[in-house]
Amino acid sequence: MRRQLITYLSILALSSFFVACSGKSEKKLPIIGERTTEERVVDGKTVVDTIYHQIPSFSFINQDSVEITDKDFDNKVYVANFFFTHCPSICPTMQRNLLKVYEKYKDDEQVSFLSHSIDFKYDSPSVLKSYAEKLGVTNKQWQFVTGEKRDIYGIADKYLVYTKEDESAPGGYDHQSYLVLIDSQKRIRGAYDGTSDEQVAQLFEDLEILLKEQ
Amino acid sequence: MRNTICSLTAISILIGMLIFSCQPNVSIKTAQYAVNGQKLYVTHCQSCHGLKGEGLGMLYPPLTDSAYLAENREKLACIVKNGMTGSVKIHGKIYKGEMPGNNELTNIDIAYILTYITTTFGNDVETYTQEKVKNSLANCRM
Repeated sequence: MRRQLITYLSILALSSFFVACSGKSEKKLPIIGERTTEERVVDGKTVVDTIYHQIPSFSFINQDSVEITDKDFDNKVYVANFFFTHCPSICPTMQRNLLKVYEKYKDDEQVSFLSHSIDFKYDSPSVLKSYAEKLGVTNKQWQFVTGEKRDIYGIADKYLVYTKEDESAPGGYDHQSYLVLIDSQKRIRGAYDGTSDEQVAQLFEDLEILLKEQ
Repeated sequence: MRNTICSLTAISILIGMLIFSCQPNVSIKTAQYAVNGQKLYVTHCQSCHGLKGEGLGMLYPPLTDSAYLAENREKLACIVKNGMTGSVKIHGKIYKGEMPGNNELTNIDIAYILTYITTTFGNDVETYTQEKVKNSLANCRM
Protein backbone atom coordinates (compact mmCIF):
# COMPACT_ATOMS: atom_id res chain seq x y z
CA MET A 1 0.00 0.00 0.00
CA ARG A 2 2.71 2.41 1.04
CA ARG A 3 4.88 1.51 -1.93
CA GLN A 4 1.96 2.13 -4.23
CA LEU A 5 1.47 5.52 -2.72
CA ILE A 6 5.13 6.43 -3.19
CA THR A 7 5.09 5.30 -6.82
CA TYR A 8 1.94 7.31 -7.41
CA LEU A 9 3.39 10.42 -5.82
CA SER A 10 6.63 10.22 -7.76
CA ILE A 11 4.76 9.84 -11.05
CA LEU A 12 2.73 12.88 -10.12
CA ALA A 13 5.86 14.86 -9.28
CA LEU A 14 7.55 13.83 -12.53
CA SER A 15 4.58 14.73 -14.68
CA SER A 16 4.17 18.11 -13.01
CA PHE A 17 7.84 18.73 -13.79
CA PHE A 18 7.21 18.11 -17.49
CA VAL A 19 4.10 20.23 -17.53
CA ALA A 20 5.92 23.06 -15.85
CA CYS A 21 8.71 22.89 -18.42
CA SER A 22 6.46 23.04 -21.45
CA GLY A 23 4.93 26.35 -20.41
CA LYS A 24 3.41 28.92 -22.72
CA SER A 25 6.56 31.01 -22.82
CA GLU A 26 8.06 28.70 -25.43
CA LYS A 27 5.19 29.05 -27.87
CA LYS A 28 6.16 30.64 -31.15
CA LEU A 29 3.97 31.99 -33.88
CA PRO A 30 4.19 30.43 -37.34
CA ILE A 31 5.61 32.36 -40.27
CA ILE A 32 2.89 32.50 -42.89
CA GLY A 33 3.16 32.54 -46.68
CA GLU A 34 5.19 30.88 -49.37
CA ARG A 35 8.87 30.38 -48.74
CA THR A 36 11.84 29.68 -50.95
CA THR A 37 15.42 28.73 -50.29
CA GLU A 38 18.56 30.50 -51.33
CA GLU A 39 22.06 29.13 -51.36
CA ARG A 40 24.94 31.28 -50.29
CA VAL A 41 28.62 30.61 -49.94
CA VAL A 42 30.00 31.62 -46.56
CA ASP A 43 33.70 30.98 -45.85
CA GLY A 44 33.87 28.44 -48.65
CA LYS A 45 30.85 26.51 -47.41
CA THR A 46 27.44 26.48 -49.04
CA VAL A 47 24.69 27.60 -46.66
CA VAL A 48 20.98 27.30 -47.41
CA ASP A 49 18.82 30.19 -46.22
CA THR A 50 15.05 30.19 -46.05
CA ILE A 51 13.50 33.25 -47.64
CA TYR A 52 10.13 33.97 -46.04
CA HIS A 53 7.21 35.85 -47.53
CA GLN A 54 7.56 39.53 -46.63
CA ILE A 55 5.45 42.62 -47.10
CA PRO A 56 7.26 44.56 -49.86
CA SER A 57 8.03 48.26 -49.66
CA PHE A 58 5.04 50.54 -50.03
CA SER A 59 4.08 54.19 -50.03
CA PHE A 60 0.63 55.57 -49.22
CA ILE A 61 -0.95 58.84 -48.08
CA ASN A 62 -2.35 58.98 -44.55
CA GLN A 63 -5.17 60.90 -42.84
CA ASP A 64 -2.92 63.96 -42.49
CA SER A 65 -1.97 63.84 -46.20
CA VAL A 66 1.52 62.73 -45.18
CA GLU A 67 3.37 59.97 -46.98
CA ILE A 68 3.55 56.72 -45.02
CA THR A 69 5.98 54.03 -46.11
CA ASP A 70 7.16 50.63 -44.94
CA LYS A 71 10.06 52.47 -43.24
CA ASP A 72 7.58 53.86 -40.69
CA PHE A 73 7.01 50.29 -39.53
CA ASP A 74 10.66 49.23 -39.34
CA ASN A 75 11.47 47.37 -36.12
CA LYS A 76 7.84 47.42 -35.10
CA VAL A 77 5.06 44.91 -34.77
CA TYR A 78 1.91 46.04 -36.52
CA VAL A 79 -1.61 44.99 -37.32
CA ALA A 80 -2.88 45.71 -40.84
CA ASN A 81 -6.40 45.54 -42.25
CA PHE A 82 -8.55 46.67 -45.17
CA PHE A 83 -11.77 48.66 -44.80
CA PHE A 84 -13.66 51.68 -46.11
CA THR A 85 -15.32 54.46 -44.15
CA HIS A 86 -18.92 54.02 -45.29
CA CYS A 87 -18.78 50.22 -45.25
CA PRO A 88 -22.11 49.07 -43.85
CA SER A 89 -21.35 45.41 -43.22
CA ILE A 90 -18.28 43.96 -41.51
CA CYS A 91 -16.00 47.01 -41.07
CA PRO A 92 -17.61 48.59 -38.00
CA THR A 93 -17.28 45.34 -36.03
CA MET A 94 -13.72 44.82 -37.29
CA GLN A 95 -12.69 48.39 -36.37
CA ARG A 96 -14.48 48.17 -33.01
CA ASN A 97 -12.35 45.13 -32.21
CA LEU A 98 -9.12 46.65 -33.52
CA LEU A 99 -9.85 49.73 -31.40
CA LYS A 100 -9.74 47.49 -28.31
CA VAL A 101 -6.25 46.32 -29.30
CA TYR A 102 -5.21 49.92 -30.02
CA GLU A 103 -6.45 51.06 -26.62
CA LYS A 104 -4.52 48.30 -24.87
CA TYR A 105 -1.24 49.21 -26.59
CA LYS A 106 -1.76 52.96 -26.78
CA ASP A 107 1.57 54.78 -26.37
CA ASP A 108 3.51 51.50 -26.68
CA GLU A 109 5.96 52.39 -29.44
CA GLN A 110 6.57 48.77 -30.38
CA VAL A 111 3.04 48.34 -31.71
CA SER A 112 1.35 50.12 -34.65
CA PHE A 113 -1.81 49.82 -36.67
CA LEU A 114 -2.36 50.31 -40.39
CA SER A 115 -5.83 50.48 -41.94
CA HIS A 116 -5.96 50.64 -45.75
CA SER A 117 -9.05 52.11 -47.36
CA ILE A 118 -10.09 50.15 -50.42
CA ASP A 119 -12.48 52.93 -51.49
CA PHE A 120 -9.94 55.02 -53.37
CA LYS A 121 -12.74 57.16 -54.90
CA TYR A 122 -14.42 58.45 -51.75
CA ASP A 123 -11.97 58.02 -48.85
CA SER A 124 -9.74 61.05 -49.29
CA PRO A 125 -7.32 61.98 -46.45
CA SER A 126 -9.85 64.43 -44.99
CA VAL A 127 -12.55 61.73 -44.91
CA LEU A 128 -10.08 59.36 -43.26
CA LYS A 129 -9.09 62.06 -40.77
CA SER A 130 -12.67 62.64 -39.69
CA TYR A 131 -13.23 58.88 -39.47
CA ALA A 132 -10.14 58.35 -37.30
CA GLU A 133 -11.11 61.17 -34.94
CA LYS A 134 -14.65 59.92 -34.58
CA LEU A 135 -13.43 56.38 -33.97
CA GLY A 136 -11.33 57.70 -31.09
CA VAL A 137 -7.84 57.48 -32.56
CA THR A 138 -5.83 60.34 -31.12
CA ASN A 139 -2.20 59.61 -32.00
CA LYS A 140 -0.02 58.53 -34.91
CA GLN A 141 0.14 54.91 -33.79
CA TRP A 142 -2.83 54.01 -35.96
CA GLN A 143 -2.52 55.14 -39.57
CA PHE A 144 -5.37 55.27 -42.05
CA VAL A 145 -4.11 55.29 -45.61
CA THR A 146 -5.29 55.65 -49.16
CA GLY A 147 -3.48 55.41 -52.47
CA GLU A 148 -3.63 54.41 -56.09
CA LYS A 149 -6.10 51.63 -56.74
CA ARG A 150 -3.50 49.20 -58.02
CA ASP A 151 -1.20 49.89 -55.07
CA ILE A 152 -3.89 49.30 -52.43
CA TYR A 153 -5.31 46.19 -54.10
CA GLY A 154 -1.78 44.99 -54.90
CA ILE A 155 -0.62 45.27 -51.29
CA ALA A 156 -3.77 43.46 -50.12
CA ASP A 157 -2.58 40.43 -52.09
CA LYS A 158 0.73 40.61 -50.23
CA TYR A 159 -1.10 40.55 -46.90
CA LEU A 160 -3.05 37.56 -48.29
CA VAL A 161 -6.33 39.45 -47.87
CA TYR A 162 -8.99 39.30 -50.60
CA THR A 163 -10.24 42.71 -51.80
CA LYS A 164 -12.33 43.51 -54.84
CA GLU A 165 -14.56 46.20 -56.28
CA ASP A 166 -17.95 44.57 -56.50
CA GLU A 167 -21.19 46.40 -57.22
CA SER A 168 -23.26 43.60 -55.73
CA ALA A 169 -21.47 43.77 -52.36
CA PRO A 170 -22.82 46.06 -49.60
CA GLY A 171 -21.21 49.48 -50.12
CA GLY A 172 -19.68 48.47 -53.46
CA TYR A 173 -16.56 46.67 -52.25
CA ASP A 174 -16.00 43.08 -51.24
CA HIS A 175 -13.22 42.26 -48.82
CA GLN A 176 -12.15 39.98 -46.02
CA SER A 177 -12.11 41.17 -42.42
CA TYR A 178 -8.69 39.83 -41.45
CA LEU A 179 -6.52 41.59 -38.94
CA VAL A 180 -3.04 40.65 -40.13
CA LEU A 181 -0.22 40.50 -37.59
CA ILE A 182 3.17 41.55 -39.00
CA ASP A 183 6.48 41.16 -37.20
CA SER A 184 9.47 43.53 -37.17
CA GLN A 185 10.87 41.84 -40.29
CA LYS A 186 7.63 42.43 -42.22
CA ARG A 187 6.65 38.77 -42.10
CA ILE A 188 3.06 37.64 -41.57
CA ARG A 189 2.72 35.89 -38.22
CA GLY A 190 -1.03 35.56 -37.92
CA ALA A 191 -4.38 36.52 -39.44
CA TYR A 192 -7.51 36.88 -37.34
CA ASP A 193 -11.10 37.42 -38.40
CA GLY A 194 -11.86 40.87 -36.99
CA THR A 195 -15.56 40.04 -36.68
CA SER A 196 -15.03 36.98 -34.46
CA ASP A 197 -14.63 37.50 -30.71
CA GLU A 198 -12.66 34.27 -30.29
CA GLN A 199 -10.19 35.16 -33.01
CA VAL A 200 -9.72 38.67 -31.68
CA ALA A 201 -8.99 37.16 -28.25
CA GLN A 202 -6.39 35.00 -29.99
CA LEU A 203 -4.86 38.13 -31.53
CA PHE A 204 -4.44 39.61 -28.03
CA GLU A 205 -2.61 36.44 -26.93
CA ASP A 206 -0.47 36.14 -30.03
CA LEU A 207 0.56 39.79 -29.96
CA GLU A 208 2.03 39.20 -26.50
CA ILE A 209 3.90 36.14 -27.76
CA LEU A 210 5.27 38.08 -30.71
CA LEU A 211 6.37 41.02 -28.55
CA LYS A 212 8.37 38.63 -26.33
CA GLU A 213 10.11 37.30 -29.44
CA GLN A 214 11.24 40.71 -30.70
CA MET B 1 -42.73 10.34 2.51
CA ARG B 2 -43.83 13.54 4.17
CA ASN B 3 -40.31 14.85 3.99
CA THR B 4 -40.19 14.15 0.27
CA ILE B 5 -43.41 16.04 -0.33
CA CYS B 6 -42.16 18.93 1.76
CA SER B 7 -38.87 19.21 -0.09
CA LEU B 8 -40.57 18.80 -3.48
CA THR B 9 -42.93 21.65 -2.64
CA ALA B 10 -40.06 23.80 -1.48
CA ILE B 11 -38.08 23.11 -4.65
CA SER B 12 -41.00 23.86 -6.94
CA ILE B 13 -41.71 27.12 -5.10
CA LEU B 14 -38.06 28.09 -5.47
CA ILE B 15 -38.02 27.27 -9.18
CA GLY B 16 -41.27 29.16 -9.63
CA MET B 17 -39.85 32.21 -7.89
CA LEU B 18 -36.75 32.03 -10.05
CA ILE B 19 -38.73 31.85 -13.28
CA PHE B 20 -41.08 34.67 -12.38
CA SER B 21 -38.45 36.93 -10.92
CA CYS B 22 -36.41 36.59 -14.12
CA GLN B 23 -39.32 37.56 -16.35
CA PRO B 24 -39.13 41.18 -17.38
CA ASN B 25 -42.13 43.32 -16.82
CA VAL B 26 -43.54 42.79 -20.32
CA SER B 27 -46.31 40.77 -21.95
CA ILE B 28 -45.69 37.48 -23.74
CA LYS B 29 -46.28 39.21 -27.08
CA THR B 30 -43.70 41.89 -26.36
CA ALA B 31 -41.19 39.27 -25.26
CA GLN B 32 -41.77 37.29 -28.48
CA TYR B 33 -41.31 40.42 -30.59
CA ALA B 34 -38.10 41.23 -28.74
CA VAL B 35 -36.69 37.72 -29.23
CA ASN B 36 -37.38 37.87 -32.98
CA GLY B 37 -36.03 41.41 -33.04
CA GLN B 38 -32.76 40.39 -31.45
CA LYS B 39 -31.93 38.07 -34.37
CA LEU B 40 -32.70 40.78 -36.90
CA TYR B 41 -30.76 43.33 -34.84
CA VAL B 42 -27.64 41.14 -35.03
CA THR B 43 -27.92 40.98 -38.83
CA HIS B 44 -28.90 44.54 -39.65
CA CYS B 45 -27.82 46.84 -36.82
CA GLN B 46 -25.21 45.31 -34.54
CA SER B 47 -22.13 45.91 -36.68
CA CYS B 48 -22.44 49.68 -36.21
CA HIS B 49 -24.51 50.05 -33.06
CA GLY B 50 -22.90 47.24 -31.08
CA LEU B 51 -23.97 44.17 -29.12
CA LYS B 52 -25.33 46.26 -26.25
CA GLY B 53 -26.41 49.24 -28.34
CA GLU B 54 -23.30 51.09 -27.22
CA GLY B 55 -22.48 52.58 -30.64
CA LEU B 56 -18.88 53.16 -31.74
CA GLY B 57 -16.96 56.27 -30.74
CA MET B 58 -18.49 59.32 -32.38
CA LEU B 59 -19.05 57.38 -35.61
CA TYR B 60 -22.27 55.60 -34.71
CA PRO B 61 -24.54 56.78 -31.88
CA PRO B 62 -25.59 54.50 -29.01
CA LEU B 63 -29.19 53.30 -28.91
CA THR B 64 -29.35 53.55 -25.14
CA ASP B 65 -30.71 57.10 -24.79
CA SER B 66 -34.16 56.21 -23.48
CA ALA B 67 -35.26 59.85 -23.49
CA TYR B 68 -34.47 60.09 -27.22
CA LEU B 69 -36.24 56.79 -27.89
CA ALA B 70 -39.34 57.95 -26.03
CA GLU B 71 -39.46 61.43 -27.61
CA ASN B 72 -38.92 60.13 -31.13
CA ARG B 73 -40.97 56.96 -30.85
CA GLU B 74 -43.09 57.98 -33.84
CA LYS B 75 -40.05 58.51 -36.06
CA LEU B 76 -38.13 55.32 -35.21
CA ALA B 77 -39.59 53.06 -37.91
CA CYS B 78 -38.99 55.74 -40.51
CA ILE B 79 -35.32 55.99 -39.45
CA VAL B 80 -34.77 52.22 -39.54
CA LYS B 81 -36.35 51.90 -42.99
CA ASN B 82 -35.01 55.03 -44.71
CA GLY B 83 -31.86 55.85 -42.79
CA MET B 84 -30.89 59.24 -41.50
CA THR B 85 -28.72 62.21 -42.45
CA GLY B 86 -27.63 65.31 -40.61
CA SER B 87 -26.94 65.51 -36.90
CA VAL B 88 -28.60 63.91 -33.92
CA LYS B 89 -28.14 64.58 -30.20
CA ILE B 90 -27.71 61.42 -28.13
CA HIS B 91 -26.76 61.46 -24.43
CA GLY B 92 -25.93 65.15 -24.88
CA LYS B 93 -23.42 64.58 -27.70
CA ILE B 94 -23.90 65.59 -31.32
CA TYR B 95 -23.39 62.78 -33.85
CA LYS B 96 -23.01 63.76 -37.49
CA GLY B 97 -23.08 61.22 -40.23
CA GLU B 98 -25.15 59.20 -42.55
CA MET B 99 -27.09 56.11 -41.63
CA PRO B 100 -28.00 53.89 -44.57
CA GLY B 101 -31.62 52.78 -44.86
CA ASN B 102 -32.79 49.18 -44.58
CA ASN B 103 -35.25 49.14 -47.41
CA GLU B 104 -35.44 45.36 -47.50
CA LEU B 105 -37.03 45.13 -44.05
CA THR B 106 -40.76 44.44 -43.89
CA ASN B 107 -43.10 46.17 -41.43
CA ILE B 108 -43.18 43.17 -39.13
CA ASP B 109 -39.35 42.98 -39.16
CA ILE B 110 -39.15 46.64 -38.16
CA ALA B 111 -41.73 46.05 -35.41
CA TYR B 112 -39.59 43.17 -34.05
CA ILE B 113 -36.37 45.19 -34.20
CA LEU B 114 -37.84 48.30 -32.56
CA THR B 115 -39.51 46.27 -29.83
CA TYR B 116 -36.11 44.73 -29.10
CA ILE B 117 -34.31 48.08 -29.11
CA THR B 118 -36.85 50.04 -27.08
CA THR B 119 -37.37 47.36 -24.42
CA THR B 120 -33.76 46.18 -24.14
CA PHE B 121 -31.73 49.38 -24.55
CA GLY B 122 -34.48 51.80 -23.64
CA ASN B 123 -36.90 51.30 -20.76
CA ASP B 124 -40.08 50.69 -22.74
CA VAL B 125 -42.38 47.83 -21.78
CA GLU B 126 -44.76 47.97 -24.74
CA THR B 127 -44.65 46.29 -28.13
CA TYR B 128 -43.70 48.51 -31.06
CA THR B 129 -46.63 47.25 -33.12
CA GLN B 130 -46.98 46.82 -36.87
CA GLU B 131 -49.63 49.56 -36.84
CA LYS B 132 -47.09 51.93 -35.29
CA VAL B 133 -44.61 51.02 -38.01
CA LYS B 134 -47.23 51.68 -40.67
CA ASN B 135 -48.12 55.07 -39.19
CA SER B 136 -44.51 56.06 -38.78
CA LEU B 137 -43.74 55.18 -42.40
CA ALA B 138 -46.82 57.03 -43.62
CA ASN B 139 -45.73 60.18 -41.78
CA CYS B 140 -42.13 59.89 -42.89
CA ARG B 141 -40.55 63.26 -43.59
CA MET B 142 -36.86 62.84 -44.15
